Formats: sequence, C-alpha cells, structure tokens
Amino acid sequence: MDSVKHLRFDVAVVGAGPAGIAAALAAADSGRSVGLIDDNPAAGGQIWRGAHDSTRPSASSTWFDRLNKSAVQIVRGARVFHATQGELAAESDDSVIQTSYGKLILATGARELFLPFPGWTLPNVMGAGGLQALVKSGLDISGKRIVIAGTGPLLLAVAAYARKSGAKVIGICEQTTRSRMARFGLQMMLVPGKAAEALRFAYDLRGIPHWTACWPVAAFGNRRLESVRISRHGQISEIECDYLACGFHLIPNIELPRMCGCRLRENFVQVGEYQQSSVPGIFCAGEPTGIGGLELALVEGEIAGYAATNWEDRAKHLFAKRARYQKVVRILQDAFPLRPELKNLARPDTLVCRCEDVPHERLSQYSSWRAAKLYARCGMGPCQGRVCAPAAEFLFGWQIDSIRPPLFPVRCSSLAAIASHSAPRN
Amino acid sequence: MPESLSVRVNGKLVTVRAGSTVAVAVLASGATCRASVTGQPRSPLCGMGTCFECRVAINGEAQRGSCQVLCAANMEIETNG
Repeated sequence: MDSVKHLRFDVAVVGAGPAGIAAALAAADSGRSVGLIDDNPAAGGQIWRGAHDSTRPSASSTWFDRLNKSAVQIVRGARVFHATQGELAAESDDSVIQTSYGKLILATGARELFLPFPGWTLPNVMGAGGLQALVKSGLDISGKRIVIAGTGPLLLAVAAYARKSGAKVIGICEQTTRSRMARFGLQMMLVPGKAAEALRFAYDLRGIPHWTACWPVAAFGNRRLESVRISRHGQISEIECDYLACGFHLIPNIELPRMCGCRLRENFVQVGEYQQSSVPGIFCAGEPTGIGGLELALVEGEIAGYAATNWEDRAKHLFAKRARYQKVVRILQDAFPLRPELKNLARPDTLVCRCEDVPHERLSQYSSWRAAKLYARCGMGPCQGRVCAPAAEFLFGWQIDSIRPPLFPVRCSSLAAIASHSAPRN
Repeated sequence: MPESLSVRVNGKLVTVRAGSTVAVAVLASGATCRASVTGQPRSPLCGMGTCFECRVAINGEAQRGSCQVLCAANMEIETNG
C-alpha cells in the first residue's frame, strides 16, 4: 500500500511552468505558506524544461534563483488526479499526496493539438513541442534529418532548437498562408521584447526553408518513420527523414479547472481582472485562460499570486503590463486558424484514437463525442481523450463535455487511499 | 553527479546523459515503447506526459509513462513494442 501524505498550504499552485512559478513567488511575498505541485521531475513547465539546472544566465535563471531562495515548497513528480472542495489528491512514484488549501491557483499550461493523418502513429512521428521536450530530456538528435510541420510560432522555436542540437532541419511546413504569417511577424514586432526575439529566430533559422500553405498528408515507414509526404501550394512531394515533428498549435489543459467547477468561455477558463475564476478562492493563470505565451503567463501568474493573498494593490500595478501582452492572444488566433483541408487528411482506416486504435470510419458513424466513447471506445484509454478529443472536435464539430475523476490513470491503491475521504462530486 | 549512467532496455545496455528520461533511453536503444491494442509499434508523441504512448515497464512495474521518469543507474526497462 502506498503511503499517504497530507499537506496543507495557504495557497496551493498547480503547475510549475512560468505562470505557476510567478504565482507561487508572488503569493509567497505575503509570508503565507505556498505549495507548488507539478507532475514533472523538475520545475519549469515545457518552455523552461531542463533549464532549472542550467548554469547559463537566461530569462528563466532569474526566476529559478528566486524560486530556490523562496519559502515555496515544491512538490515534484506529483500528478493531481482528483479535486474536491478545498482539497487536491495527487499521485507520485510511491505515495498519494492529499493537499488542502485556502486558495488555489491553477496554472496547468497547454499541450499540442495533434491532427490525424495516415502514418501519424508511426514511431518517430512526434509533436513539435514533443520532439523538443525529448531533446531537452536527453535525446540526441545530432545528424538526424527532421521535418517540422503543423502551425504556430512553436514550429520556429523547435526548428531553431533542433538545429542548435545538431540536427539537420530539412524544412518547416506551416499550414497558414504567407500573408497571415507576414502579418503575424509585423504585429509581433510591436509587442515589447518580441522584435529582438524575432530577429534572433531569423538569424537562427537562416537557410532553413519555411514553406507556408504547406502541411503533411501522410507519413511512411516500416515500423518507424522513413519519409513524409507534404502538400505545398497544392503540389505533393515526398521527403526522407528520421523525425517528423508535427503539432497544430496549442490547446489549454482545462481538465482540472473543469473538475474544480470553473466556468469556461470558448474552451478557456473564464477569469476576472484578478485572474479569479468563477469559483470563489480559485484563480487561473497562463495558457488555460488564453494562449498568449511566456510573458503573459508570467504577469498573469504574478497577478493571481498577489490577488490570492489579498494584495490587490500589487496586482493592480500589473494590469497595464498584462494588457500589453494580452494582444498576443488575438494575434495568434488571427495568424494560425486551421484550414479546412486538414479535416480531410485522415483516411477511413486512419486511427483517430491512439489508445484504443479507433479508426476514422468508425467515428464517422456517430453524432456525438459521448456516442463515440460509448460505442467505439474513442477516448476511453489512458490519455482519456487528451489527444483524440480535440482532434474529434475539429474533425466532427463535436462538443467535448465530459470530465470525471480520476483525471489521469492512477494505481488502485491511490483510489483506495482517497475513497475513504470523500465521495466524488461529479 | 556523474555525467552519464547506464540502464538496460530489454536486456541491452544503454548509456545516457545523467538527467535523461526513460523515454530517451528507450529511443536510444532503438526499441519502440509499446504495442498498441491492435499490435502496432508506438513511441512517444507528446513528450510531456499526456499521450501515454511511451508506456513501458520499469523495474518490473508495468504501464509507467517513461517520459516523466528519470533514468537511474542499473534500471531495468522492458518494452513490448
């Protein structure tokens, strides 16, 4: 039987990416006890993955310095799988951690949107952020041929990172149009700090083809990826490669906010000016409130941290800064809308649900996500629809409306440990 | 902390940089992580603990998400891909 640990914080923060770190530090300024709970082996989230022990000075090192010197208690490798009134249950390697809190700040971040196309389940077809995460976690890609595909600014960051890691980046396939991409570049130049970032990317990416109106139509290989077929301005061509890093921008991790009862607006957590959700005492910061990138996540986190500790004056001082970066949300939405052609990539036998191997032709018989779950087992595997539900929403226009505990697959002993405590709310 | 360490993937010795995840060791070994419910080979997709394609057995414990577990010296990793 796993051990059960009980923790109690005035402020609990879930997610140790930039928003969560900023929130925890701001909340700790008040002298209250703060816990920062994260499912990864180290703090940093995705964008600062692997940066916690970097010796090079960078934007993140100041934050990690502050975090290390603060009184914030970091609970690493703990995945929150259940939330009841005033309490969270998380599972770690060897224990169940029950955390009660006065205030809760949800900084659960975002994940990539994956869209099915023939061959997308082959080993070495990964997310764009997925490949980057693995390289940051130690994967050696030197000398490997990589095609980067999908949509959004992450593709550029991943291309630059892959090249620096010694890979041969063959090209970037961006599904949006050239004119939208150009407008995106111009608009970002007006966001504080982004002009320098754009110039750095332009330098880092020199010589790498950046194809717009271009997307993958199929991946091929015997037991692992060998080549990818792309459509570029209507022309089809095939490229041999070792990895295909493919992601269609980001979607917010709203499962925990939903379980906590937070009201949503267009699939994002609805928050007020103090980052407060519709549930009293629960705040939300970063990508779950709108995909806006690093700077917005940091300032939202700080506002949430101050507001959660009744330091409204300090929070208010940050409203103008937040407004400057909030523009990014709209700029990204306008720049990278998914083109309808992407709905036709999956063939009848292309799997949509990778956990239960449910092909497109089975799903097209149903009229709702609920029916697809009940009759085809779509979304019933370990990822609980985190990959296939957003894809199905895009492909079939279904409303994804079910959320229930446990939020992640957990050991039976973890369920047993919390069962005696309280009955599920939903 | 040592700069590299060794683990076994399906019995084969693999040396990785210290701080690497188990998923990285599996990829470095040339193995795939798991067989899908219809027998297809699978390897990591998301790299961040949401897709569960990287499940392997670690020191005899099955169904571990290998992209969120760090390699430890002499770890025994088994895949069924």
